[in-house]
Amino acid sequence: MSKTLLEKVWDLHTVRELPSGQTQLFIGLHLVHEVTSPQAFMMLKERDLSVRYPGRTFATVDHIIPTQDRGRPFADSMAEQMFVHIERNAGEFGVEFFDESTGRQGIVHVIGPELGLTQPGMTIACGDSHTSTHGAFGSVAVGIGTSQIRDVLASGCLAIARPKSRRIEVDGSLSAGVYAKDVILHIIGALGVQGGVGYAYEYGGRVFDSFSMEERMTVCNMSIEGGARVGYVNPDQKTYDYIRGREYAPEDGEFDRAVDWWSSMKSDADADYDSVVKIDGSSIGPMVTWGINPGQVVGVGEKLPDPADLDGADRASVEEALAFMKLEAGAAIAETPIEVAFIGSCTNGRISDLREAAKVAATGKVAKGIRALVVPGSQRVREQAEAEGLHETFRASGFEWREAGCSMCLAMNPDKLVGDQICASSSNRNFKGRQGSPTGRTLLMSPAMVAAAALAGVVVDVRSLNQPAAQVPGDLI
Amino acid sequence: MTSDMRITSVTGTVVPVRGNDIDTDRIIPARYLRAVTFDGLGPHSFEDDRKAAGGSHPFDDPRYTGAKLLVVNRNFGSGSSREHAPQALLRWGIEAIVGESFAEIFFGNCYTLGIVCAVVPEKEASSIQSAVEADPGMELAVDVDDSTVRTETRELPFIIPEAVREGFITGKWDAIAELVANPAEVRSIHDSLPYIGGFGGD
Ligand code: SF4
Repeated sequence: MSKTLLEKVWDLHTVRELPSGQTQLFIGLHLVHEVTSPQAFMMLKERDLSVRYPGRTFATVDHIIPTQDRGRPFADSMAEQMFVHIERNAGEFGVEFFDESTGRQGIVHVIGPELGLTQPGMTIACGDSHTSTHGAFGSVAVGIGTSQIRDVLASGCLAIARPKSRRIEVDGSLSAGVYAKDVILHIIGALGVQGGVGYAYEYGGRVFDSFSMEERMTVCNMSIEGGARVGYVNPDQKTYDYIRGREYAPEDGEFDRAVDWWSSMKSDADADYDSVVKIDGSSIGPMVTWGINPGQVVGVGEKLPDPADLDGADRASVEEALAFMKLEAGAAIAETPIEVAFIGSCTNGRISDLREAAKVAATGKVAKGIRALVVPGSQRVREQAEAEGLHETFRASGFEWREAGCSMCLAMNPDKLVGDQICASSSNRNFKGRQGSPTGRTLLMSPAMVAAAALAGVVVDVRSLNQPAAQVPGDLI
Repeated sequence: MTSDMRITSVTGTVVPVRGNDIDTDRIIPARYLRAVTFDGLGPHSFEDDRKAAGGSHPFDDPRYTGAKLLVVNRNFGSGSSREHAPQALLRWGIEAIVGESFAEIFFGNCYTLGIVCAVVPEKEASSIQSAVEADPGMELAVDVDDSTVRTETRELPFIIPEAVREGFITGKWDAIAELVANPAEVRSIHDSLPYIGGFGGD
């Protein structure tokens, strides 16, 4: 019988059906960070349990880590305490810990793939909703809560029900200046922030075939913003090429056998899905969110909705979002002034994102009064960017160049919006208060669009910058 | 041990919180994740929304003090996987949530903590909210055994996955005991996986 990748991976990792009807699912790779894990380790200690598979468990610090002064102890004593906890827990329980001294520290969803830990056919769990990122490699990767982290640490397993499957096929081709970020924002806009609840999204079609691994990660990363806990792309030659030679990848002859197995895990051509959605890639343009959830999004050339055209709950949601964002009903999103620009996060903090943003940054200077930050997703990304001189380009243009971490994606470290500042951001969430100020406002877009907004001081269509540098709008300081 | 963990019904007064897509960043802002325990989260539930509402948020309304049930609208608990969100609500005193729909990770986290999430149709969620706003002392019962929400005058079936209902009424909603019960079986799955045991060709 033909099967989807989801079914193949699920079946292979099923230990048994629990009396509750859920699956006891073996987790092949467990990634841990400092924010959601301390309570889980404490629960283990309370019950006198150990970590069952420490060799399948890896930890890093990303959320609270400062991206400027990293001298220990951290100036923020709470951040220091959280760091000490994960360091100590990893040591006590025999879990490998990637702190800055290893040169491998970074956002958990950036370093997993980068180190070759993330591979096709695996089940992966992490106490973080963006764990879906790892699905870009053809793994089934789920975000879990702290009690479930405890479960995976103690047993190697999760109690979980298998999601339904939806294939999202994006055919045609993307036009220049349109990125993976625009594709996923378009999908969320079309299917809604709740459209994926209960589903695993399988992304495919011509656009995904031609995407790089990093672009696939950007899309899978934001599956959860569309409600889907799992998102994946079937593995192909690009997947194998990406993994080859990485630290935790199979070596030599083992690698070829791995490729055979990985290839066998793909969805069968005639597999059945619970739902299929088709999207024409050539219809997608640069996208910008205007509201307080990622589904409140328009094309950069479009206008904001007007609550007067809507009824009931939709009307109330739009009214609430416009009021919070201090934006006008029916206004164009283009030309919306910004105050802060943030390039980074597990969605768009990888080397290809920084390259695209740097290309734009090279065409001008950050507009007067705009605070612009570039925060690489990992130490390795930072190193690579510096080897290519991207940091010089950013600095010359007026961007701050930082150390690796989550930073202003959720502002648990010192990088925060102030008051009702409005931020063009390459991150994944525009929730109220997300970037560290309860009244702070977020406009999500691709890294190139963020860079363009930083130069112009307002939201602009990055495609309009594909002009000689002299024509770039922007205040030359 | 499981007998005292059985959850067959939650009865009490209600706090209505209106709005769609209330994400976990709003339920508990990220600054309260800067901690190594869940202690003390309760009072910070909805903190920024409450501040923005200038004291008129239902969680600040003395008429709803002591509520055990929370009634919400669509896609409650979206966004971040932080268990801090249901932990905060639990520590506030919430034992069951009735709403039109819930985000998946939030729903799962609630289940693991023994918080019942009951799904009712859109207009029923808002009509319960209106009824409570008119009569804040009103009691509601979420009866898990027969999946029914009851007020003094009405009965309304709610939707709950059978596995979840089963877990609550048998007291097995906290999966840890089941998951650590069969280490040998788990080990054999572990050993059988090509990416752990080897990709073959030996
Ligand atoms: S970058 Fe943002 S979304 Fe990603 S793991 Fe860090 S805080 Fe979460």
